[in-house]
Amino acid sequence: MADVILKPIGNFDLTVEAEVVTPDNFAGKTADEIGKVLVWQGPAEYPLTDFFTVEGNGGSSAEDTTIIVDGEIPRVKRIGQQMTAGKVIIKGSAGMHVGSAMEGGEIIVEGDADSWVGMEMKGGSILIKGNTKDHLGCAYRGSWKGMTGGRITVEGDAVSQVGGGLSGGEIIINGNVKHFCGIRISSGLIVVKGNAFRTVGAEMTGGTIVVGGNIERFTPGFELVDIESDLKFNDIECPGEYNKFTGDYAIPQKGKGTLYVSCDNNECL
Amino acid sequence: MAGTIAIKNGYVYDPLNEINGEIMDIFIKDGKVVTQLSAADMKDVKEIDAKGKTVMPGGVDSHSHVAGAKVNTGRMMRPEDHYKHYQKRTPLTHSGSGYTVPSVYLGGYEYSKMGYTTVFEAAVPPMEARHTHEEMRSTPMLDMGGYLVLGNNWFLMRYLKEGDVDKAAAYIAWMMKTHKTYGIKCVNPGGVENWGWGQNVSALDQANIHFEVTPEDMIKSLSELNEKLGIPMPVHLHANNLGHPGCWEITRDSLKIPKSVKAKPNTDVEWAETKRNAKRHESVYLTHCQFNAFGGTSWRDFESGVKGITDYVNSNDHVVMDSGCVPFGDATVMTGDGPAIHDLYMLTGHKWSNTDVECECGSGVLPFEYLKSNPIHSSQWAMGLEVLLYVKDAWKSIMTTDSPNGGPFTKYPQVIAWLMSNKAREDTFAECHKWAQDRTGLGGETREMTLNEIAILTRANPARTIGMSYRKGTLGVGADGDVAIYNIDPKKLEVNDYESIIRGFENAAYTIKAGEVVSQMGEIVAIPEKNTFYTDIATDADDEKRMLDDVKKWFKYYTLGFDRYPTPEKYLANPTPIQVNAEK
Repeated sequence: MADVILKPIGNFDLTVEAEVVTPDNFAGKTADEIGKVLVWQGPAEYPLTDFFTVEGNGGSSAEDTTIIVDGEIPRVKRIGQQMTAGKVIIKGSAGMHVGSAMEGGEIIVEGDADSWVGMEMKGGSILIKGNTKDHLGCAYRGSWKGMTGGRITVEGDAVSQVGGGLSGGEIIINGNVKHFCGIRISSGLIVVKGNAFRTVGAEMTGGTIVVGGNIERFTPGFELVDIESDLKFNDIECPGEYNKFTGDYAIPQKGKGTLYVSCDNNECL
Repeated sequence: MAGTIAIKNGYVYDPLNEINGEIMDIFIKDGKVVTQLSAADMKDVKEIDAKGKTVMPGGVDSHSHVAGAKVNTGRMMRPEDHYKHYQKRTPLTHSGSGYTVPSVYLGGYEYSKMGYTTVFEAAVPPMEARHTHEEMRSTPMLDMGGYLVLGNNWFLMRYLKEGDVDKAAAYIAWMMKTHKTYGIKCVNPGGVENWGWGQNVSALDQANIHFEVTPEDMIKSLSELNEKLGIPMPVHLHANNLGHPGCWEITRDSLKIPKSVKAKPNTDVEWAETKRNAKRHESVYLTHCQFNAFGGTSWRDFESGVKGITDYVNSNDHVVMDSGCVPFGDATVMTGDGPAIHDLYMLTGHKWSNTDVECECGSGVLPFEYLKSNPIHSSQWAMGLEVLLYVKDAWKSIMTTDSPNGGPFTKYPQVIAWLMSNKAREDTFAECHKWAQDRTGLGGETREMTLNEIAILTRANPARTIGMSYRKGTLGVGADGDVAIYNIDPKKLEVNDYESIIRGFENAAYTIKAGEVVSQMGEIVAIPEKNTFYTDIATDADDEKRMLDDVKKWFKYYTLGFDRYPTPEKYLANPTPIQVNAEK
C-alpha cells in the first residue's frame, strides 16, 4: 500500500474542482507528477501544488493507492469522483461532491462533508463521521436515477433529499434528516435512525425506507399494512417495533415501496 | 481559393445521377459542383485523395427537432441531459453540452462530424418562429429551414369551415413569408385544438370542437392548398392517434386522403444536373411512421402494424415517409402533439411540459429512455427498421430517428448498421426483449441495404422530397459543393463487421460544405457560411388584402401586437427565399 499525503496550504478563495484526486488517477505517478496534476479553480487550471503539498508516490494500481488529505478542505470539491478502487481518507471536513459517481473503493471523511456526497454512486463505500448536507446519494438535478449501488454511512445528520431517486445500494444515517428523504426511490435501502421532518418516501415506487425516530409530518399516500419488529437487512439491524406502510399511492404508477416507521416514536400514526 | 476543391478517386454514390459506387473525381468551384477545373484552377487547388473511401453528397435531414421553443424547453427541463455530455471550447468552436437535446453549437458540430450539411427543423409554431430562427441562426455548419405548423390553426380552420379556399391559400402564403418558413407541417389535425378542451380526436371523420372540421378535411384541404400554392415539399403529416395501440389504421387511411391530389411544386430555381427526375411527385410526406404504426388494441396485445402501412406505400406512388427509428437509450420526446405527451406522462409519470400556442397549435416535451428490457420499446426498435426495410423502393422512404424523439441524431450510424447488416440486427435481437421477435416481422426480414440505398435514405431522397434537390442531395453539376467522405471502402466492406459501419459513419473523414473542408475525422476545422431557406409565394394581391383584414381583426385573440408578429429577415443567417408560383 502506498500512501499519498496531501496537506492543504491555502489559496482556496474560490472553490477548487478536484475530480482528478482519485486513486485511479494517482496510481503509477510519483509525488512530483501528482503535484503537477491540474485542477480547475474558477475559469483557470492550476497545478495541485498551488493548493497542497504532496508527499509519497502513488501505488502501482488504484487498489494499492491510499490518498490521505491531512487537513480541512471544505472548499475543495469532487474528491474521489468516479474512483473505482483504492482508498481516500480526509482527516478534516470535505467540500461538495465527495465520491460523486464513485464505482468502487472506500472514502472516509473524518469531519463534515458538504452536499452531494456519493451523487449517483454505483459501488464502493463512503463513511462520513461528522454531518453532511443535502443530496446525499441523490440523483443529479433533473434526473430520477440516483445511487445504484454501494453503501454510504453518515454518523451524524444529513439534511434534505437523502437518497433522491435511489435505485440500488444502501444509505444509513445515524442522526436526523429533514425534507424529501427517499423521494422517488425505486429500489435500495435507506435507514434513518433519527428523526425526519416531512415528505419521507414521496413518490417512491419501490425500495425500502426505515425511520427509527419521529416523522414530524407523515407523507399522505401510504397505507398501513402490518407491524413488524426487530428489522434486519443483512448486517443492518433496526431494533424495536415498526409500522409497515406501502406507497406512494399518490402517483399514477401506484408505488410498491415499503416504509417502516418506529411505533414508539410516532404514536400519532 | 475558397470553395474550390478536387476530390479524387473516391467511390462515388450519387443516386439522383444513378452513380452507384463508381470511382470518380468530383470538382467544386466557388462552392458549386463543376464538370472539371481548368489547369489554372488545378494549380493551387486543395486536392483530397479519396482512394478507398466512400463519397456521398452531404447528408440532408428532412425531419429533426433542432431549434425553437420546445427544443429549448427540452434543454431547460433536462439538466441531467447536459452534465455528462459536454465539449470544451476550442479556438475555433464554442463549448456546448447536451446529449439528446444539445445546445445549438454542439448540435451543429455533431451533425457536421457525421457528414451532414443540411437540416430542416420539423415543427415551427408560427408564434415561435422568431425564437426558432434565432436558434437556427446560431446553429453552425448547417444550411437550414423549418416547417410551419398549420394543422390546428384557427384562421385556417375558420376559412375551411366557411369554404373560403382563396383566403386560406393567401393566408398560408402570407404566413410562410411572414415567418420565413419553408413548408406545411400538419400535426394531429383537429386533435391539438381539441386538446385545448382536454380532449383529442380519434377518427378521421370526427369533427372537432367549435370549428367543426375533421382531420380528413384538414389533410385534404391542406394538401390541395399545398399544391395550389406550388410549395416545394408535400404536406408534412404527423397523423392522428400517434402512440396509441392500433393507430396504424388511421395512419393508412390518412394517407389515402391526398391520393388524388396531384403534386405541382412550382419554384423559380435553377436545377442541378440529375439523371433521375429530381422533382417530387408525392402529395403527402408522412413523418415518423414508426410512432404511427402501432398495432393491437392495448399494451397487452401490442404488435407492429408497420406492414399495413408499408403495403399501402408499396402499392401507391403519392406517399413518401420518414421512419422515426428507435435506437435505444436516452431520448427526449418533443412534439406539437400535446395530448400525445400527456398520454406518455400518464404512462411513465415522468416530468413533462405542455404548451398551448395561442390560436395556432400546441406542444409537449417529456424525457424518455428506451430500454432493451422493455417489450414495447424493443418492438418499437424493430418497427422503425421494418418501416425502412419493408418499403421496396428506397425512393419512398427517409431514415430518421425523429431526433430526439426516437433517439438523438447522433445514433444515425447505429441505425445505418442495422439496415445494412443482418448480423447487427440478430445481435440486438439477442439482447432485447423477445417481443421484438414475437410481435414484429423484423426477424423474418433478411434484406441488407447497400451503400447506394443508404445514400438515398440519408441525402438524395430527403432532399428530393422537400424540393431541395435542385442544390442538395446530389453531386450533379450546379449542385452545392456539399460532400461527405467516409472511411468505408465499399470493395472491402464486410457487413457482418457492423462496428466498422458505425465507425465509418460516425466521423466522416471529411465533411465539405460549399467546397470547403469543415470537419475532418470528428474535428471541426472551419466554420462555413450558412443559408436559411424559406418559401416566398406569390399570390393574388386582392385575396391577400381581404385575408389580412380578417387577420388584423382576429388578432385581438393574440397576446401580442400584429406588428410584433412577423419575423424580420435580420433573424436569419443569409436569408434565401425560394420563389414559388402559386396557381392563378
